[in-house]
Amino acid sequence: MKVTLEHLTKTFPARGKKGREVTAVNDFTFEIPDGQLVGLLGPSGCGKSTTLHLLCGLQMPTAGRIYFGDEDVTQLPAEKRGVGMVFQNYALYPHLTVLQNILFPLQNLKGADKLSKEEMNRRANEAAGLVQIGELMERKPGELSGGQQQRVAIARALVKMPRILLMDEPLSNLDARLRLQTREEIRRIQKETGITTVFVTHDQEEAMSISDRIVVMKEGLIQQIGRPQEVYDDPANQFVAQFLGNPPINLFSGRIRGGKLLIGEEAVLEAGALPDREVSVGIRPEGFVPDPQGPFTCALSGVEVMGREVSMVCTHQAAAAPTVRAIVGADQVEAKAASVRFRLKPEKVFLFDRETGERIYG
Amino acid sequence: MDKKNAKGWLYVLPALLFLGAFLVYPLVDVLIYSVEEGFNFASQTYSGVGGYNYAYVLRDPYFIQAIKNTFILVAVTVPVSTGLALLISVGLSSISKLRELYQTVFFLPYVTNTLAVGLVFMILFKSTPYTDGLANLVLIWFGIAPVDFIDGPYWAKMTVLCLYTVWVVMPFKILILTSALASVNRDYYNAARIDGTSSLRIFTRITLPMISPSLVYLIITGFIGAFKAYSDAVALFGTNLNAAGMNTIVGYVYDMLYGSSGGYPSYASAAAVILFAIVLTITCANLLISRRHVQYLS
Repeated sequence: MKVTLEHLTKTFPARGKKGREVTAVNDFTFEIPDGQLVGLLGPSGCGKSTTLHLLCGLQMPTAGRIYFGDEDVTQLPAEKRGVGMVFQNYALYPHLTVLQNILFPLQNLKGADKLSKEEMNRRANEAAGLVQIGELMERKPGELSGGQQQRVAIARALVKMPRILLMDEPLSNLDARLRLQTREEIRRIQKETGITTVFVTHDQEEAMSISDRIVVMKEGLIQQIGRPQEVYDDPANQFVAQFLGNPPINLFSGRIRGGKLLIGEEAVLEAGALPDREVSVGIRPEGFVPDPQGPFTCALSGVEVMGREVSMVCTHQAAAAPTVRAIVGADQVEAKAASVRFRLKPEKVFLFDRETGERIYG
Repeated sequence: MDKKNAKGWLYVLPALLFLGAFLVYPLVDVLIYSVEEGFNFASQTYSGVGGYNYAYVLRDPYFIQAIKNTFILVAVTVPVSTGLALLISVGLSSISKLRELYQTVFFLPYVTNTLAVGLVFMILFKSTPYTDGLANLVLIWFGIAPVDFIDGPYWAKMTVLCLYTVWVVMPFKILILTSALASVNRDYYNAARIDGTSSLRIFTRITLPMISPSLVYLIITGFIGAFKAYSDAVALFGTNLNAAGMNTIVGYVYDMLYGSSGGYPSYASAAAVILFAIVLTITCANLLISRRHVQYLS
């Protein structure tokens, strides 16, 4: 099912005397192609959960329209939208067994949609099989681990064959190892069922690793939409560049003089035809290549070993953050040097406007 | 006993002494009184040990009346007050405007003096040479013959007593239930709504199980409280409850001890032990039933 959002806006009225109106979602327009997994990504308070609530109908938009396929569902109440939702805390009914939890949405069906008992059980078992919890059907949610509860929640959302599947921070309550496992699981289930899925996360790594597309949001505004790699390689602005990537991008204040990009007094790259101006320079950690003849000098304060690679922790007076991190191959490092010279990979260096943070293409 | 153990006993000693003196000793004493036949309070002597006191009490028409009254009171007020409190709490938790105001209004009876409430009920129900009382005025307005609710027929008096009891016990139940309802995670309701659950089904399959521990607590304490009713009847019908035919078990115990026909601690003790046996049986039954249906969640 293709999902289309048109100029979707949600404004919350001011609360109290000093309160002001809050626009949680501001003029969203985008389209989710059928069968894709889309991650809404942004820091807390960026409006991603509100977007999810608008999609499932728990909240009604102030303006704009939502389409599932060709059907306008903007005014449709939550119970008629046919969406499946996985809540951040799973919201499994604690007094019902796993089977009863999964059956719950099916037992709500009325009239012509009403299913026979056998059919309900068949579908519940099918959904349970899909998330591999078949042997846990008689347990109560309290007796399950976090990862198992998560699977039950997914099964409950899938059992009624929803038109779209929504997930609110599906992995945030799991420990690191389980998170890796579960995100692959979610990806597999989504692929197998082919259900258009929207999930919300503040974890860029999570979003990048399983999404077909990510939507980066900030303060209710879409910053960039695209395939994870595209967004990472070609960020639209400084916010997106900073939000994606771990370790984060290194920012420097720089300037363009006579076709060269200067950081401090060092001309580090050719700047093409760009006119002279002040800029903010973002360099991905993997954009540094140690080179004794390189143009860019940093004071080296330490080396962190990560196994296959090492992270060189440096300082530079023009850097925005106290440390600059460069990820390089383990064999390229001289840990004892007081300073280190780098050559920069041009495709890993981005220029932004100092004031607006907008990308400057050169 | 090692040193550590002795220290522990020392810490619980104050509580043990207190409970022993004011709880265990009286309890045991009541049991002993109840089997001492022909007990004379002044000389502290008795003629024998046996079940005569019980036999006397169980044959006393006033006690039979008291048991009957108490059982009617329990059977009517516990379900009605709990049901009404549940209804009002659900109503309160689904409105947003004026919620605090209503909560305050519903809670007021809890902080009002029992006798003051009794006075108000007298004004509502008592017939005097000047007026038939507000309730009767309403009845007359609907073309129904007035009834004397305070000194009149049994059913009228019982109605007033039940109304009064319900009115007095409800605020506490509303308080407990509104907080129980408020503590149910909203996500359960959101999840149920997205799955297209009807309001009735949300209430019976989600809300009720979630607040069932509070409900069981209220039902059990409601039963015990109603079995111990006494002051409510006094507030409405005065101290001579036997004459009014509105005595309760606890009232009977009190009358046997201190009332105008009193001075019989043995009969009072026997009646108290019978009350204890009834309350114990019903509480155990309650717990057994609830254990099968209640969700205690970690």
